[in-house]
Amino acid sequence: MKTVRIPPALRSETDGKREVHAAGGTVRELLDDLVSRFPNLRTQLVDGDDIAPFVNVYVEGEDVRTLDGLETEVHDGSTVILLPAMAGGA
Amino acid sequence: MANYRDLLQQVKAEIDEVDVARAREILDTGAPDRPLLVDVRELDEWSEGRIPGAIHIPRGFLESRIEQAAPDRAHPILLYCAGGSRSAFAAKSLGELGYANVTSLAGGYTDWKRSGLPTEMPRSLDAAKRRRYSRHLLIPEVGEEGQLKLLDSRILLIGAGGLGSPASLYLAAAGVGRLGIVDDDRVDESNLQRQIAHSTERLGEWKADSARRTIEALNPDVEVVTYKERITSENVDRILADGWQVIVDGADNFPTRYLINDASVWHDVPVVHGSIYRFEGQVTVFTPHAGPCYRCLFPTPPPPEMAPSCAEGGVLGVLPGIVGSLQASEALKLALGAGESLAGRLLLFDALATEFNEVTLRRDPDCPVCGEHPTITEYIDYVEFCSGRPTHA
Repeated sequence: MKTVRIPPALRSETDGKREVHAAGGTVRELLDDLVSRFPNLRTQLVDGDDIAPFVNVYVEGEDVRTLDGLETEVHDGSTVILLPAMAGGA
Repeated sequence: MANYRDLLQQVKAEIDEVDVARAREILDTGAPDRPLLVDVRELDEWSEGRIPGAIHIPRGFLESRIEQAAPDRAHPILLYCAGGSRSAFAAKSLGELGYANVTSLAGGYTDWKRSGLPTEMPRSLDAAKRRRYSRHLLIPEVGEEGQLKLLDSRILLIGAGGLGSPASLYLAAAGVGRLGIVDDDRVDESNLQRQIAHSTERLGEWKADSARRTIEALNPDVEVVTYKERITSENVDRILADGWQVIVDGADNFPTRYLINDASVWHDVPVVHGSIYRFEGQVTVFTPHAGPCYRCLFPTPPPPEMAPSCAEGGVLGVLPGIVGSLQASEALKLALGAGESLAGRLLLFDALATEFNEVTLRRDPDCPVCGEHPTITEYIDYVEFCSGRPTHA
């Protein structure tokens, strides 16, 4: 199992959980597993056959766009961080 | 028992000395062989003139401070005092501390100056500033020189709200000489749960004015420049033309974030970025051309429904205190040229879990603004760009 960190803006879709476990060996499989359990996440994370352009996905601190994208391998015990931009400052 | 003269002769016989002519030659050596030049005189002597390039460690603090200034014991060190006696004793001490390549300037500063060699008058802090910033003066990374740098520095804050409040107060307290505040908003009751630069009696005042009053009460050394306007494509060049060295971005919306990014890349000004939502914060530093920019991190703004603001989703009052203080810390480091900035790293803070995470940020060679072949070279309609509607290319 891998741990996926859910950003605050998406927690309403994951019953308020800030971390969820997901199954799969690649980012694609993990996101598929997540979306199958929390279907409302789909539009927030996925765009066609790719990660939505306004979301960054990090595996062990590296942006998967600089690795193998959706095919980036995720090892057991790794943490995946989903990160949409936040603008708040006031 | 030896008297002072005997002891001095004995010490001089054990150490290496150079005369001013030779010292000049050694100091003209290019780095990395150029010796570290240390002035071991007292503060009042140092304040009246020094050899250019010297650092100041009074004789009494030499043993305790030299390791910080010269971690490599093999690197050459040239010591001087007024006449060459104190520096001779100092050289002996450094030898005992394991410094292998220490010389003392025979004749000291007096001979140097008499030979017509260049000297400089260090600027120094007056007694009041010395008291106010005493805890900075004790830190080797700041010291008098660093404090003078801070007093000369010019930092622009975008927003005097949640992030801008703590950031501006700490920058002001630290003695940043000139602080710019851009904010077109007035103090509202709902701000006071977190925006600590303001107060109940200032309700309805311009935030920029309210923050200025708080800052002036805290530290009269700081000159505050207020811009009671929203930063836009039309005024950003005028505001940046006032010579700001660092921008602290505490904006509350995406169009402003992208605008500040593009302007900072084109004006070559680093941005200390902070953002907050509910219990979580993000902090990083964007150094144009040397590191990634905001568009390298987030090329596309999220659709508005996916990016609720604090006004819509709420924020823990203390969160901007933590994130804004981290921004102040990064801005001070940039002004001082000290330490490792957060450039290339995004720091994520989760107050609920009390957890810091860090992810790596890289420059995007295809970035439309700071990439190799930029496609955006002038200000765009940022509101439309962030509206989620298709934009004109």
